[in-house]
Amino acid sequence: MAEDAAQNPGQNAEGILDGDPAESFLSQYGHLRHAEGPYFGEYGGRWMPESLIAALDELEDTFTKAKADPDFLAEIAELNKNYSGRPSLLTEAKRFSEHAGGVRVFLKREDLNHTGSHKINNVLGQALLAKRMGKTRVIAETGAGQHGVASATAAALLGLECVVYMGAEDCRRQSLNVARMQLLGATVIPVTNGSQTLKDAINEALRDWVTNVDHTHYLLGTAAGAHPFPAMVRFFHEVIGEETREQILAQTGRLPDAVCACIGGGSNAIGIFHGFLDDPGVAIYGFEAGGDGVETGRHAATITLGRPGVLHGARSYLMQDEDGQTVESHSISAGLDYPGVGPEHSYLHDIGRVTYEPITDTEAMDAFKLLSQTEGIIPAIESSHALAGAIKVGRRLAEGVADPSELIVIVNLSGRGDKDVQTAADWFGMLDEDGNVRGTTLSTRHSAAGEEKKA
Amino acid sequence: MIESKAAAAIDRAKAQGRAALIGYLPAGYPDVQASIDAGIALARNGADIIEIGIPYSDPVMDGPVIQAATTEALANGFRVASVFDVVKGITDATDAAVVVMTYWNPVMRMGVDEFSRRLAEAGGAGLVTPDLIPDEAAEWIAASDKYSLDRIFLVAPSSSPERLAMTVAASRGFVYAVSVMGVTGARGQVSNVAESLVAATHDAGAERVCVGLGVSRAEHVREIAAYADGVIVGSALVSALRDGGVPAVEALTQELSAGFTPVA
Repeated sequence: MAEDAAQNPGQNAEGILDGDPAESFLSQYGHLRHAEGPYFGEYGGRWMPESLIAALDELEDTFTKAKADPDFLAEIAELNKNYSGRPSLLTEAKRFSEHAGGVRVFLKREDLNHTGSHKINNVLGQALLAKRMGKTRVIAETGAGQHGVASATAAALLGLECVVYMGAEDCRRQSLNVARMQLLGATVIPVTNGSQTLKDAINEALRDWVTNVDHTHYLLGTAAGAHPFPAMVRFFHEVIGEETREQILAQTGRLPDAVCACIGGGSNAIGIFHGFLDDPGVAIYGFEAGGDGVETGRHAATITLGRPGVLHGARSYLMQDEDGQTVESHSISAGLDYPGVGPEHSYLHDIGRVTYEPITDTEAMDAFKLLSQTEGIIPAIESSHALAGAIKVGRRLAEGVADPSELIVIVNLSGRGDKDVQTAADWFGMLDEDGNVRGTTLSTRHSAAGEEKKA
Repeated sequence: MIESKAAAAIDRAKAQGRAALIGYLPAGYPDVQASIDAGIALARNGADIIEIGIPYSDPVMDGPVIQAATTEALANGFRVASVFDVVKGITDATDAAVVVMTYWNPVMRMGVDEFSRRLAEAGGAGLVTPDLIPDEAAEWIAASDKYSLDRIFLVAPSSSPERLAMTVAASRGFVYAVSVMGVTGARGQVSNVAESLVAATHDAGAERVCVGLGVSRAEHVREIAAYADGVIVGSALVSALRDGGVPAVEALTQELSAGFTPVA
């Protein structure tokens, strides 16, 4: 087996680094992969209205049977291969690596999936489950629009009605994705409550679900919420970690030194982490949105600065004030702009298996530009947080190492940045006062044509 | 044996040959004193139990009317600890049992034991917990026993017989039956599933079952009073308070309690 050769330099035969703190977590906690819930340590559970418990029970039952059903697994595998385009590539980023202390950086290319992000993995699985339950309508929340687009896509493919709740502020930030969802046949409902972002979209989706639960499945987009969602969403994303593990072994003959991902609710992260949770030699990092900087209070660094509480059905770390009111999060990335986090991440933080750190908007946007200009890949701003984190991790690992190129860091490039071009152009000062890209409005022909049209 | 204040209030109504009227208002709306005044008005005009809601940032079981009121209360600076002032203000002035309706995170943040102790000290009867099911309530069950508080869990049309039995066993005071699958808010009709849910909850062993969600008119009250032990009115009262202040709450409470008088 390839895994027999999968030793890092300095590992003993069991793949355990001498004196590595990772050793203690494994001996203490046993295997971490495939945690089934409903609890992850003291996190998770079902903090939900009684009205929805029957639906959660039905979903858990359907999911448990489906994942043991070879026909279902074959259906998922077929869609992953021939619809989403899996396996996604593992690309070595050689020029980008020079900026990360000279370690070898590999990108797991979830950006190359159909619909442009990892979200498709989960929506196909859940939409198939919805059909198994005889439900004809799916609802979803979306922040950046990636999950909404993915949900609308799966609904179109499988013939389900689709309604997407999206914060009005996010609709503004991601208007192109609103159009994409509508083109796919979904109804997008802008949510004007509260901070008008992801958490408020989830509230509104939950209100819809409790009202229409007899024929509606709530296609939750992240590894958060009430059981069975965290374990189920992770299950559908485990393919990321499994592929990555095989690919890095095939390409380099060994496991990486570190794996990095961005964390909003944490679905792309838990998907790639899962492949390496039980490999003590692999350090794992989750990068939260630090917004303007965690010291400013304008951020979405839930694990870094939050404390345990219950929101949207699970006990987990939560950004909250002294009264337990949810605090509004801030991030340039709509997809990370969420004051909660999946319960499995809270557990992995508490036991020290995964290290969670904040990345500021500025650091993320610098990494966005760097990857674009060193590798020809425009990343999602969400994923840019993981890239910025990988730069830091790479430099740290490289310190005092004679040949950093013997070290390997993998980044989950969870989505492509096409949806973020407007935000990035604005950030980098590429727009004039009218919001047009500078240098594109010199021609008089088009503006004259426009005037004619209006007349 | 713990004496239940909410059960006693329902039993007093029963002794008068009628169901109990339970009125909901949010604490701190439009401000703390006004919510005390409105609660007193509810109690003096026919409500047997006053349900005081804690404004919360993410009220997923509430419809637009209550959301708007609680959002305004928070914008006006409502603090969770003020709910104890509201409870004390109403219990000091009236004989009504006062229960607090709260989403769970504010209680968890203060500490379940600390919150329970302060609620009991203020004279509160117990808690209605829309997003806490008995399965997750070990800490609350211990604290409510310690401080002799009522545990009002919800049952729904979707609850299985097993869950009904489990929820009834975990409850004290009364069981809150939601009349429809949905969120709070006035509706034209009360769903006919409410009656069968109340019957099933009684069959599961509940002595007192009260019906809420969508109840806004005297005719609803009359209809539900025929089969339930209590009738819960929320959004309609909040709308009245919003549009006409305390006098409107008085008038609506009188009108609703007239629903208990059989039509001649």
